[in-house]
Amino acid sequence: MPSPAQLGAIRLALLALCVAPALWFFAAAWTDHLGANPVEAVTRGLGDWALRLLLLTLCITPLRRWLAWPWLLKLRRMLGVTAFVYALLHLAAYVWADQFFDWDAIFDDILHRPFITVGFLTFVLLVPLAATSTNAMIRRLGGRRWQKLHRLAYPAAILAVLHFFWMVKLDIREPLVYAAALAGLLGVRLYWRQQARGAVRTSCGGRCSPP
Amino acid sequence: MLIHRIEPGGPATSEITDRGLFERRRRLLGLAGASALLGLAPSAWSAGRFASAPRSPLSTAETPNSLRDITGYNNFYEFGTDKTDPPKYAHRLKTRPWTVSVEGLVKRPKVFGIDDLLMFPLEERIYRLRCVEGWSMVIPWIGFPLAHLLKQVEPLGDARFVEFISALDSDTMPGVGMGSLRWPYVEGLRLDEALHPLTLMAVGLYGDILPNQNGAPVRLVVPWKYGFKSGKSIVRIRVVDKQPATAWNQAQPREYGFYSNVNPEVRHPRWSQATERRLGEFGKRPTLMFNGYGDQVAGLYAGMDLRVHF
Ligand code: HEM
Repeated sequence: MPSPAQLGAIRLALLALCVAPALWFFAAAWTDHLGANPVEAVTRGLGDWALRLLLLTLCITPLRRWLAWPWLLKLRRMLGVTAFVYALLHLAAYVWADQFFDWDAIFDDILHRPFITVGFLTFVLLVPLAATSTNAMIRRLGGRRWQKLHRLAYPAAILAVLHFFWMVKLDIREPLVYAAALAGLLGVRLYWRQQARGAVRTSCGGRCSPP
Repeated sequence: MLIHRIEPGGPATSEITDRGLFERRRRLLGLAGASALLGLAPSAWSAGRFASAPRSPLSTAETPNSLRDITGYNNFYEFGTDKTDPPKYAHRLKTRPWTVSVEGLVKRPKVFGIDDLLMFPLEERIYRLRCVEGWSMVIPWIGFPLAHLLKQVEPLGDARFVEFISALDSDTMPGVGMGSLRWPYVEGLRLDEALHPLTLMAVGLYGDILPNQNGAPVRLVVPWKYGFKSGKSIVRIRVVDKQPATAWNQAQPREYGFYSNVNPEVRHPRWSQATERRLGEFGKRPTLMFNGYGDQVAGLYAGMDLRVHF
């Protein structure tokens, strides 16, 4: 277990790592290093990092159990919030740089372009999670309700991967990689649940019903 | 790659190539060199091999995109699906020697060497290019109307369509192993579309030889259709009586029709076709019916419901 000072340093370093891609995109856009279609490059880059950080957030619990490092939990909320910030920046890039506040076109996209419908739903699921990520909100909701609400991260991750799948024209290799990672992260949780049930069953001789 | 077919009784090359034309082009090329020396630029981009090609009145007056954008952002799936894959890998393609076999329902099938094609009177055509992905560019092509070539082979009475087959060479094309499309890449036009004066066989851009990532050494350019209709690095042109099975139409028939005319009114599930981003500009502009070439081409589709035949 790291000391509070060490933990602070770890969190700061992680935050710097999380902020780096956004700064890189900002600098690359500023200096015209994003190729012929910078708007597309920025929108996609921010979307990529929103998804990566969301999946990284879901890595914390398995890592914590395997490594037996309970303190990892203290990094999870920060990762989740940065994932949301990237999603917000991704959306801002779309609304501002891509569509330039053409609300008719934006609503048309949300209603008629399945991949954008799904991206929008993903974002809608992430909003309550970000909104309840302060200490005060956790206290107000109470640990159990807070945890229950934050299970929305699973459908959000599934929809984010679907958003990517439906965006690509033909070459699905990249979204497949994310889908495989997500399947692993969800699979391990299912496995634990099955095991926990099995453990309960065997502990009472298989005669009691699962909780 | 291709087998040269010698047609017994077919015309000799000397009969096809207009000698006078050939000489005129020779002289023009020489002149271009001389005027470059004297600093008398015949056009804005005088350095290239085709700098002397006259600008066609069918050109748009819009400002062309930069060479960097035109050669750095390409859809050419044989070399990979990322826009930067073709600029990275297309240099591997060997564009000489190169032949284009024109065959099928024609009176005089012929295999054109790339130098035969360069004998056609070349002109500069500055065209808009609209990609189905919602972006567009303006490109100063060098080429000749496909109709000139088709007239030499004389399509027969039952000819209805023209099929364009692109080069396929898995050794130099890293994208073809990935099974994203059916290879070789096949595109097609109705015969009257193929004979339309706007339909161009391009061999260059910005006054110089066509860069590989843009479809060297010879490609089709159909400016009123989405970009994927314009096959690149063409090796075979078949005149046929049935509508060809085309690459994107086969991959996703509900998204990409055979015609694929630029049409802001036909929805696409991924990208809005009502507007487009002209690369190099911020913000979007409305997409024009037939990419702005309606005056010239709308007549080809008189009486057709373009929502059905999208
Ligand atoms: C209202 C919400 C959203 C909208 C309107 C939206 C829109 C878009 C658009 C337009 C693209 C394609 C960009 C282009 O080709 O120019 C895209 C790609 C993408 N978005 Fe979203 N998105 C939304 C939410 C999200 C969220 C919440 C995530 C992840 C948590 C996400 C992750 C991605 C990813 C991974 C890509 C693919 C990037 C790539 O091609 O590498 N999006 N989104």
